[in-house]
Amino acid sequence: MSEREVLELLRENARYSTEDIARMTDLEESEVEAVVEELESTGVVRGYRAVVDWDRLEDEKVRAEVELNVELDRETNYGDVAERLARFPQVKALRLVSGDYDFDMEVEGDSIREVSMFVSEKVAPVPEITQTVTHYVMTSYKEGGIELGDGDEDDRLSYTP
Amino acid sequence: MTFELADRVQAVPPSGIRRFFEIAEERDEVISLGVGEPDFSTPWAARDAAIASLEQGKTSYTANRGRADLRESIADYVADRFDLGYDPDEEIIVTAGASEAVDLAFRAFVDPGDTVAIAQPSYVSYEPGVVFAGGEPLPVPTHEEDDFRLTVDALEDAGAADADALVFCYPNNPTGAIMTRADLEPVAEFAREHDLLVFADEIYAELTYDGEHTSIATLPGMRERTVVFNGFSKAHAMTGLRLGYALGPADAIGAMNKIHQYTMLSAPTTAQYAALEALDSCANDVREMVDQYDRRRRFVLSRFREIGMDVFEARGAFYCFPEVPEGFTAEEFAEELLREQGVAVVPGDVFGEGGAGHLRISYATGLSELREALARIEAFVDDHEGPE
Ligand SMILES: Cc1ncc(COP(=O)(O)O)c(C=O)c1O
Repeated sequence: MSEREVLELLRENARYSTEDIARMTDLEESEVEAVVEELESTGVVRGYRAVVDWDRLEDEKVRAEVELNVELDRETNYGDVAERLARFPQVKALRLVSGDYDFDMEVEGDSIREVSMFVSEKVAPVPEITQTVTHYVMTSYKEGGIELGDGDEDDRLSYTP
Repeated sequence: MTFELADRVQAVPPSGIRRFFEIAEERDEVISLGVGEPDFSTPWAARDAAIASLEQGKTSYTANRGRADLRESIADYVADRFDLGYDPDEEIIVTAGASEAVDLAFRAFVDPGDTVAIAQPSYVSYEPGVVFAGGEPLPVPTHEEDDFRLTVDALEDAGAADADALVFCYPNNPTGAIMTRADLEPVAEFAREHDLLVFADEIYAELTYDGEHTSIATLPGMRERTVVFNGFSKAHAMTGLRLGYALGPADAIGAMNKIHQYTMLSAPTTAQYAALEALDSCANDVREMVDQYDRRRRFVLSRFREIGMDVFEARGAFYCFPEVPEGFTAEEFAEELLREQGVAVVPGDVFGEGGAGHLRISYATGLSELREALARIEAFVDDHEGPE
């Protein structure tokens, strides 16, 4: 299952070099390249990007989780609504979920004003949408599986039996 | 009034790594590959169980042999994972680390003058343990040409046929060597033939890469003459919780318990709750940690080959055991590497005969530190390469 192993390593750190991945999996570098190419071309891997702790930057981004309720008519389904919403560049993630609301949408903007204008002027008017509830992100503790704390210093003794 | 040391204490030299530790303390930015403990934290479920037990005020002594439910879980676990069948009531004792189990076994079965054969290179505590018990350690060097496995030739050459007991550890600290069933069979036969007790330290059993760990106690005629040590320090990343156990025939465990009940009373109670939970629900955490170690192992082996240092193909524990390049003793290499490049490694001599000329490298360290440490080792080797 080299595909799974390579995928796990890429998920851990997409910047591992082909060489490092080859060492860790006992594959040839050319094999690693082939697996990565396969993962990309079949759309399993959709892209690579940095996990950012925005709180550490001066010019913070504003992010919000928006709950959306929709009411469907005979002609439209969830996919149609999702397609329309996903096209907005402000929308960073969009998922259909079970529970009290239908869609879970992640929105990013430069200011609270920008995000709320976006929700009220672009999202709320979509005819199928019956309700939006916006939750602004105050502090992020974990993103993309990575904890954003300072991390523990290794306080083990430097020599142990 | 001065304290006059008992001969047994005087007979044991100070630890070979203490001096290095002092150098490392003075230097900034040391990357340590000198540690014999996981860099992972104890799985959360186990920590939570420990916390909950404290919140409920469960801080009394337990039964001497450990909580009955924990012994049952251990019995199920070793049966499931290693095909070892032991009765939780009489054949298992929970101890303060495998370390205590080792000490109890030596004290329970070694008489003054008895000889205990020790497969070397080995974990550093067996030899002092035997001396403290009044016995005489008999080093049995193993060799790289045999993949650091214990062979009947090595036992015979060292004179182990006349010994009273034999102690070994596979997967091995410091070499990373393992022994398969086929490798163990002749050793078992030797032990039966010469009537040796066997102490098998299997604390790294879970950390066996490609393949399954085999315990010598599962070989014919071995159960009745073997005590197996294991514990939660390594695979479950619980070193500081100090919890281990021993498995053996009822008489043997009863004898060990006799000492344990007067010296330790019972293993730490909080740790017993953590261990119970670790066995109950942390198998996935263990598997994930083992996968990580395995990847690091491959990485480190491959880098050593690239650097041009001969390295033994370690297949267990979290150590690898490269040879130092010509022109150095292991001590010199380790000390100069620490002073010049700030990388801490342990010279193989510390682990007894058979370890000379090697270094113990622990890969219980994050991949980015490993990458940096190996780059520094490479730079060190390049700097010191003699004229061709
Ligand atoms: C081979 C071996 N046995 C036993 C121990 C000690 O284990 P514990 O923490 O359970 O006392 C160690 C620790 O380094 C070890 O390497």
